[in-house]
Amino acid sequence: MIRSLRRLAAVLLVLVLAIIANLTWVQFVDADDLRSQPGNTRNLLREYSRERGPILVGGAAVAKSIPTSDQLKFLRTYSAGPRYAPATGFYSLVYGATGLERTENSILSGSDDRFFVDRLEQLFAGRSVQGGAVRTTLNAKAQKAAFDGLAGRTGAVVAIDPATGAILALASSPSFDPNQLSSHNSTKIRKAYAAYEADPDKPLTNRPLTMALPPGSTFKLVTAAAALESGRYQPDTMVPGPAELKLPQTTHALKNWTGQRCGPDDETTLTNALAISCNTAFASIGMDLGADALRAQAEKFGFDNGFQIPLRAATSRFPAELDAPQTAMAAIGQYDVAATALQMAMVGAGIANGGTVMNPYLVSQVLGPDLSVLEQAEPSPYQQAMTPANAAALMSMMETTVTQGTATSVQIPGVRVGGKTGTAQSGTDAKAHAWFVAVAPIQTSQVAVAVVLQNGGGAPEVSGNALAGPIARAVIEAVLS
Amino acid sequence: MTITAAPPTAPARYRQPKRRGAELGLLVLGFVVAAIGYVQVDFAVLGELDTTTVRVLGVAGVMVLVVHLLVRVFAPYADPIVLPVAATLNLLGLTMIHRLDLADARRAAQSGGAVPSPDVSSQLTWTGLGLLLAVLVLLVVRDHRRLQRFTYTSLLAGIVLLLLPLVPGLGYGVRGATLWIRLGGYTFQPGELAKIVLTVFFAGYLSMKRDSLALVRSKVLGLELPRGRDLGPLLVAWVVSLAILVFETDLGTSLLFFGLAVCLLYVATQRRSWLVLGTVLFLSGAALAYAAFGHVRLRFDLWLHPFDDPSGAGYQIVQSLYGLASGGLFGSGLGQGYPQLVPFAKSDFIVAAFGEEIGLAGLFAMLMLYAILVQRGFRIAVACRDPFGSLLAAGLAIVTALQVFIVVGGVTRLIPLTGLTTPFLSQGGSSLVANWIAVALLLRVSDNTRRPDPSLLPDDARTQVVRL
Repeated sequence: MIRSLRRLAAVLLVLVLAIIANLTWVQFVDADDLRSQPGNTRNLLREYSRERGPILVGGAAVAKSIPTSDQLKFLRTYSAGPRYAPATGFYSLVYGATGLERTENSILSGSDDRFFVDRLEQLFAGRSVQGGAVRTTLNAKAQKAAFDGLAGRTGAVVAIDPATGAILALASSPSFDPNQLSSHNSTKIRKAYAAYEADPDKPLTNRPLTMALPPGSTFKLVTAAAALESGRYQPDTMVPGPAELKLPQTTHALKNWTGQRCGPDDETTLTNALAISCNTAFASIGMDLGADALRAQAEKFGFDNGFQIPLRAATSRFPAELDAPQTAMAAIGQYDVAATALQMAMVGAGIANGGTVMNPYLVSQVLGPDLSVLEQAEPSPYQQAMTPANAAALMSMMETTVTQGTATSVQIPGVRVGGKTGTAQSGTDAKAHAWFVAVAPIQTSQVAVAVVLQNGGGAPEVSGNALAGPIARAVIEAVLS
Repeated sequence: MTITAAPPTAPARYRQPKRRGAELGLLVLGFVVAAIGYVQVDFAVLGELDTTTVRVLGVAGVMVLVVHLLVRVFAPYADPIVLPVAATLNLLGLTMIHRLDLADARRAAQSGGAVPSPDVSSQLTWTGLGLLLAVLVLLVVRDHRRLQRFTYTSLLAGIVLLLLPLVPGLGYGVRGATLWIRLGGYTFQPGELAKIVLTVFFAGYLSMKRDSLALVRSKVLGLELPRGRDLGPLLVAWVVSLAILVFETDLGTSLLFFGLAVCLLYVATQRRSWLVLGTVLFLSGAALAYAAFGHVRLRFDLWLHPFDDPSGAGYQIVQSLYGLASGGLFGSGLGQGYPQLVPFAKSDFIVAAFGEEIGLAGLFAMLMLYAILVQRGFRIAVACRDPFGSLLAAGLAIVTALQVFIVVGGVTRLIPLTGLTTPFLSQGGSSLVANWIAVALLLRVSDNTRRPDPSLLPDDARTQVVRL
């Protein structure tokens, strides 16, 4: 029996080797795949067992992890949750992460390769792994002004530093409280999420980045830029401005907002056309320049391009294949033109920055756990949308619009402000959207701001100047203060 | 040839060392390893010693020491490695169960529920009972050959035990497999005891019949086939194991018993045809069951495609794989992983829990412990001079080896998942008791084998006669 025992032992050894081979496969070769399976809750638990780094605005943390006594060792808390929600997003057990919590996860969680040395050090020192910090470009005062200005309305505000593209304010209203979605109680999280989902005002929507609406008369800035860039128009060029403009190929007649002609003899200057927001003038200019020229100008400002700031912004659209009447409508920001608040802020910022549109960005610095700077944002130009001379001309046209035209509500004593209002129809029944784009101060161009109130933000009379202007003004004052 | 010529092996046997000191040394080593793990768990999870730690470790240590001392008295020539290896595995099992107890307590505290009574206490009690029974076996069975008399009684007892869970009102299904019986408030897995008594049966039966079973009738394709009427026992084993597969829906138990029968047939007869025939029979039987029974098919499909329904039917195996994968090469460290996420981590999936916290390296070490245990069993079988003892020791080694393969293979998705326990590690009284009885039988066989022939022992009277 000794021989058969020896042989059987060899057979059993093969079984052991099979187990060892299989274990090596599961625990070593295939392990990374298994670890990254979406349903693997261990990822989440491990992430929660680390002290996630804070999201900073200036020197203050708007999102930070505080130790708890339960199984998930750290709780994510947001000091001014709803105000910063469009930037921070949430960090949820159930719904994953959004916003900077998602895009900057590798840094915040400490899993980024740049922390490799830190991780080793922490491992040997027996300390728990700590994530890095992310400092945003947001300006706390501007953000507060924007969020408070939107209170009770449905809309969005974006403010940009024209020289760099740094986003100074990113507000959405109504907003949500990320604390409610980032708790450790999955039942409560689900309940809160369901309530937000059911809300007709869609508080989870990141309006400044993803809500693309017809920009209305604020788009006249783009049309004016295209006119100046064409070389055939100067600020004092006389343009047609009848009370009614009969559109070719249709029976439809385009009217001015006031129903009046824009100047004597149905003519006015380009500057005045912008100042009083003359629809017939800009429709004529649009048809004169053609759809391609308008589209080219719009794209130089960032239309038809998706930006990642690093949050993904919706692409603002200038429609393709336009006939003459459609071009006329597009020139005044109607028809199928759709822009986000971010896009319109970029238009303002591009004009204010001597015609150079900068890539917008939200993260100014990536910091290690010890708050040493690992990465500093480098501003980068997106496109030269206008010559500096034309940009300066358009700036002064915008200033005239504030001082003598339709954008008076943004006047600030002692500060030279340029602006443009907008009121856009998005359907036959729905109320118009109120827009406002402003830049200030004219001399140093420290901030460009775009405000949009969806369906007038709930006000009975929709007027960009009356509704959106004061919010833009408050944001400018906050930045300049 | 003269009267002075003694059998050549006799002097060697006379000098056979008892090596109980080695046993004690290994026991201490195993205890220290497990105890360090136990304390590490406390510090990792609680940051301090648990109130029960000293008591559990003390009781376990004393129990193992007492068994060692009793082995010195009742089986002084027994193999010195079997007991320490089994005891180490048992203590490691206590460590992991304690670790999962702490996780349960923490979860209960968080959800505001009542803290469950720690399972490590009952496992410790069962360990004590297992050790007690092992000592009783050593005491009662002074010569393993006497067990041969119970060959057919064992067969009957084994089959009854195996089929007990099928008795209406008594059988008790746990996680899809009807492997349990429930009497009063207690549940018991009779298959665990059945594996011991059936090993006794196979050893007894085959030691009697091995010559006729080894007879060759015909040769087919170079394979020496046994005579038709000698196929009887194999076919009986086949039918019983298929019945288990179909009615108790457990591939593991089925494979365990059929594998034991086939392996022992091969050992007893040295005819490879039994292995081939057995494999063919089992595979065709499993294929038939797969085709005929939906629940068997479900188990196989779960094995092949666990990620089709990772949060439903595939949940257990998927969680097990996640745990193993998160452990990686060296594991998270005891007390620092999430083994409680795997369902039934204390019993069926304790290997996954170990894999997560001590990693691939740790699991290799534990597999080596099992390999050593099985190897000692085979060594005892080789050394034993009577066929019954050889087959008994080999059978106990085989059944342990197969069971570890089936469980670890199931948990790591090498083979379909089954409801078997991991010997010595898993929570569960029936399993612990049965495995400790198996250890006692191994000790008994090795003690008898290595014990010098009493007639060759130094005898005062004879010595004086010689001196005179």
